[in-house]
Amino acid sequence: MLLRHAPDLGERDVTPKALYLSRRHLLAGAGGMMLAGSAVAAPLTAAKSSFSTDETPTPLKDVTSYNNYYEFGVDKSEPARNAHRLTTSPWRVTVDGMVAKPTSLALEDIIKPTKLEERIYRMRCVEGWSMVIPWVGFPLADLLARVEPLGSAKYVAFETALRPEEMTGVGGFLKVLDWPYREGLRLDEALHPLTLLAVGLYGETLPNQNGAPLRLVVPWKYGFKGIKSIVRITLTDKQPETSWNMQAPQEYGFYSNVNPAVDHPRWSQATERRIGEGGLFAKRRPTLPFNGYADQVAGLYTGMDLRKFY
Amino acid sequence: MPALPRWLRQPTFPAWPVYLLGAIPGIAFFSLALTDNLGADPAKALERELGEWALRLIILGLVITPLRQSLGINWLRYRRAVGLLAFFYVLAHLVTYILLDQALDWPAIWADIVKRPYITIGMLGFLLLVPLALTSNNAMIRRLGGVRWRRLHRLVYPAALAGAMHFLLLVKSWPPEPIIYSAIVVALLGWRLLPRGGRGVQAGS
Repeated sequence: MLLRHAPDLGERDVTPKALYLSRRHLLAGAGGMMLAGSAVAAPLTAAKSSFSTDETPTPLKDVTSYNNYYEFGVDKSEPARNAHRLTTSPWRVTVDGMVAKPTSLALEDIIKPTKLEERIYRMRCVEGWSMVIPWVGFPLADLLARVEPLGSAKYVAFETALRPEEMTGVGGFLKVLDWPYREGLRLDEALHPLTLLAVGLYGETLPNQNGAPLRLVVPWKYGFKGIKSIVRITLTDKQPETSWNMQAPQEYGFYSNVNPAVDHPRWSQATERRIGEGGLFAKRRPTLPFNGYADQVAGLYTGMDLRKFY
Repeated sequence: MPALPRWLRQPTFPAWPVYLLGAIPGIAFFSLALTDNLGADPAKALERELGEWALRLIILGLVITPLRQSLGINWLRYRRAVGLLAFFYVLAHLVTYILLDQALDWPAIWADIVKRPYITIGMLGFLLLVPLALTSNNAMIRRLGGVRWRRLHRLVYPAALAGAMHFLLLVKSWPPEPIIYSAIVVALLGWRLLPRGGRGVQAGS
């Protein structure tokens, strides 16, 4: 067979990403395979940040296939298989409680006035593994400033969507957690510049299994504090109930700062395995106090006994 | 009850294919882990799979007597193969923990054994299985005599309980698998506490 075309294709001939994504979206709609508003990664523009680590990011494949998101199953491979069912658009977030301007905002209106940044953070799971993830997001403090917290507000409570018809793991005979998933921060932790509301990773909108469309990232705390798919943020004067603390208070504290000196009652927290680093023979590495962010955040806990407030 | 086909009720094929069959999951998972096809944390996944297969094989070994006494299905000639396979999976699980998970960090391993109940219990289960594996041969049965050999091999009961507890204690929250395995182990051991008449014993078995 004769090759009729000279290999004269250049960069300009490549279909732009936005275009093929929209085609894919059309196809998905036509085939009825996906619900409207389901996850289709869209590129995000984000400024670099000096808060980023220069460590090698964990491969995207691992970041998006190894997830703890119990609403979609307890096995870490399940969210990647099941979370596509979550409808993430339209999405509204209620911000209320002890604020001057309580509101309910569409996701677009939350993101619009912010300047998105790429923050490459270490993420340390309470189970003893870690990743380095290039998040895209904005400081939680920016959103809180818009609702004007009252002087009486001391804590921020967060809540994940609860959609039994879309979430494969919330039903069943034995509830793994008391849904909806809840998390909380002290107000000063919430206002800390490292505390991020993420809308993307690796330069694109969040995959559902990573907590689309909006999730919390608190890099000096164990990963489970990073509540996913947030629908409610409430300012309060009482320490909020948090899901894992409710499940096993002697094992998961409200603070849950990464701390190699305070073991989980059933396993050591002194070391961690960095995912994607060395495969089967990856060595453990020492876990750092506050996950290596001690310089920035240790001051928040001056005078506190971190063994007691674990 | 309708009669089961003879090949199922009283199979006569030799035991060596059982060893081959039983080795497949272990070899498969090790190859998958080596070729980076076992997820993001291959050492952990391999450790978990080997442990789960060990527990499944221990359960299979505990099923053989109830099958024979209650349903007249006699798979006794494969019980040694199943038991030894279970032991090798426990051993591989332990080696994975020591070599791949902890990378021979003996102080950390020792701290785990003395401080972490699930590891203490897991190690105990392993130690209970060692004399059983060493005496799973005709020569040792002859040397010990049937009565003593059977008494010794009742150690598999606490070992099975230890295996189930080990699994239950290491998970967060209450996922179904460890609960299901534990329920099966408890049921199989409970059956042995029943008086003989209550076991649905078949005539002639």
